[in-house]
Amino acid sequence: MKHLLIAAGILSATSAIAADKPQLTVYTYDSFVSDWGPGPQVKEAFEAVCECELNLVGVEDGAALLSRIRLEGENSDADVVLGLDTNLITAAKETGLFAPNSVSTDFALPIEWSDDTFTPYDWGYFAFVHNADATAPTNFRDLADSDTKIIIQDPRSSTPGLGLLMWVKAAYGDEAPKIWAGLADNIVTVTKGWSEAYGLFLEGESEMVLSYTTSPAYHLIAEEDASKAAAAFDEGNYLQVEVAAKLAATDQPELADQFLNFMVTDAFQQIIPTTNWMYPAVTPADGLPEGFDTLTVPAKSLLFSPDEAAAVRDEALAEWQNALSQ
Amino acid sequence: MAERAKPVSAWPGIGAAALVAALILGTLAAVALRAETSGGFSPADWAALRFTLTQAVLSALFSVALAVPVARALARRRFPGRRALIALLGAPFILPVIVAILGLLQVFGRSGWISDLLGLFGLPPIRIYGLHGVVLAHVFFNLPLATRLVLQAWQEIPAERFRLAAQLGCNGMAMFRLIELPMLKRALPGVVAVIFAICLTSFAVALTLGGGPRATTIELAIYQAFTYDFDLGRAALLSALQLALTAAAALAALRFSRGDGFGAGLDRALRRWDGGAPALDVFWISAAAAFLLLPLASVAISGLAGVFDMPALVLRAALTSVLVAAASTLILLMLALPMATAVASGRYGLVELSGILGLAASPLVIGTGLFILIRPIANPTTLALPVTALVNAAMALPFALRILVPAAKDITARHGRLALSLNMGKWTFLRRVLLPRMRPQIGFAAGLGAALSMGDLGVIALFADPQIATLPLQIYRLMGAYQMQAAAGGALLLLFLSMGAFWLLDRGGRWHAEA
Repeated sequence: MKHLLIAAGILSATSAIAADKPQLTVYTYDSFVSDWGPGPQVKEAFEAVCECELNLVGVEDGAALLSRIRLEGENSDADVVLGLDTNLITAAKETGLFAPNSVSTDFALPIEWSDDTFTPYDWGYFAFVHNADATAPTNFRDLADSDTKIIIQDPRSSTPGLGLLMWVKAAYGDEAPKIWAGLADNIVTVTKGWSEAYGLFLEGESEMVLSYTTSPAYHLIAEEDASKAAAAFDEGNYLQVEVAAKLAATDQPELADQFLNFMVTDAFQQIIPTTNWMYPAVTPADGLPEGFDTLTVPAKSLLFSPDEAAAVRDEALAEWQNALSQ
Repeated sequence: MAERAKPVSAWPGIGAAALVAALILGTLAAVALRAETSGGFSPADWAALRFTLTQAVLSALFSVALAVPVARALARRRFPGRRALIALLGAPFILPVIVAILGLLQVFGRSGWISDLLGLFGLPPIRIYGLHGVVLAHVFFNLPLATRLVLQAWQEIPAERFRLAAQLGCNGMAMFRLIELPMLKRALPGVVAVIFAICLTSFAVALTLGGGPRATTIELAIYQAFTYDFDLGRAALLSALQLALTAAAALAALRFSRGDGFGAGLDRALRRWDGGAPALDVFWISAAAAFLLLPLASVAISGLAGVFDMPALVLRAALTSVLVAAASTLILLMLALPMATAVASGRYGLVELSGILGLAASPLVIGTGLFILIRPIANPTTLALPVTALVNAAMALPFALRILVPAAKDITARHGRLALSLNMGKWTFLRRVLLPRMRPQIGFAAGLGAALSMGDLGVIALFADPQIATLPLQIYRLMGAYQMQAAAGGALLLLFLSMGAFWLLDRGGRWHAEA
């Protein structure tokens, strides 16, 4: 008991020291805050300029992140949420928990961006990753006709999984169910999250796996391994744009704005490519890291607006479930 | 009717059971009350229910059906390395799901060892994905547990019974019919119910090995309700359905497993005279060992390369996991021992029932419920580790009770009357008779609890803090960051730690693994 009291004393003493500086709490997904993610560097870079303490709190993934915010509601400890994507923006807006910010900059996105509440910080193309020495189908119809085995993620539990759902819907509209029916015999299995799928692919369970065009960059830059490639599809590749936003109920509105403005500067953006393995939303002055120039760049990009995405989501999910449950 | 005198008090156990029930039902209520919509079931939910039941029933039946011959072989044979084998057999159960899946597919997958072998003879690779894959994976996870539980029931038959049977000239068949069959009738329903309950809450295993949305379980539907639809009402409803199914299975098991024990023995070393030809026993032991150890070997092989440059983070996470496991084991014993004693001292079906609920409770619902309950009074993130230890203990409780209850019952029945006639105090009976005689079971339960807690991702993912991670969480983070090599190293370390904790605590209980 005595030890507990001492420990409690130390804890409260340290939090008293920390309380001298204003605190900014940012909720994000777990892989952002991990030691290999951007989190530690972002914290250091922002604290160097903000006279504050930046608390990054990790929540599983983007969808779980929004659920957490909805669970906490207006009493949330979060000042900023970082890690939603366009599929979640409409649902996030409907909660009324987010407030517009003052960020304005030229984004290096393949699409126009004009949302005043949700600010992009990085983006990437969904793509099927395969071994570079294998020839890969370059569209969904060829893929469906081939024997190529793929592993995908479940749209109900995974962001890339939902991205693929939107991809097929954006490319084929009402024909999407037919495409899914054709793909059914190519799909080895559907996993809960990205890690399981990518792990299985690396073990040789499939020829292709749903990931990002930037995945080969990881192998190339971090492991000096050029054996992976991503396929550009004729229909275009679906985009993921990851965004951050300020909460309306924050008690640190200026600091939150300062963070969001910092987020689109070089100090933040240059951390992104080799930690989050995505394209920065604003290209840093030094350009992209070496190795990114070797990546596949799809000729065409697809993306539903947040409202379109919200409107087609449930229908697309039902089509997917029906086609793959036969 | 006057209360019959009992050698031990049941009240602490009833208190512990109430605490567990409050934790599980309270968190469920917290989620339900927070719901903005009153969710109903969709047609997809009914499909999920059907699939969940099918796979859980098949998995439980196959696990137990295979466990009986394996346990019988292990009970009858003595060979060098037997104890190590029994300890190793516990390993699949404690691996983080993602690691176990990778290990399993390394052996049974499209490019796994078996498919490679078939390829040498020009045969096509085996197809693992589907209902049979789900059942195979669940048998992989649960066969060891089933074997251990059945083996323990075997070992609780007093050696004198076999002695007497041998003297009366019973052959193997007669011995099975007269001694072993009644024991199995009493023990198996409980084991089936426990494994059924475990498989009921399966999610990632069922989805990945099931090969697609056909293999949607209730737990996946709960996850979907939480994160995809944010429909807390539906999540609570689905979780209540899971609890109801488990409770029904547990009640049925309790009903079927009534029956008298074997009475007292003199704790003599066991000898069997019905050995017969060892070929069959050798077959069962080697088949089970190969089935369970090959995937583990693949986990170990993949991990070896990563083990030597383990990031400091992984080591720190390992230390955290050891501490959480220790705390969790302590909580587990503080709950399980009084509960087992209470069950032994009377017919406290409700105590046993609340014990098994921990299995059926969706970790997501418990975690979210605790989050809702804790948040008004404290920052949930700072309580991540104590909460994880508590929830892990609640989830291990059903196993601990399966292990402790039969022994507590037997000992109380054997020595209770004598203790009462000697006017032995309840505390003295507990300290001098019950606990010392239950040492093996306590060791086994504590070992299992520690290992389970070590390997469980549990609720910590919901409360995560970048600075604090348990080893399973750190392994997931590594995989999420493309660090597959380091993750494999971490998995090997986890395997080693869990096995170590299990072995250490189980050894504390000395005889039961060898007698």
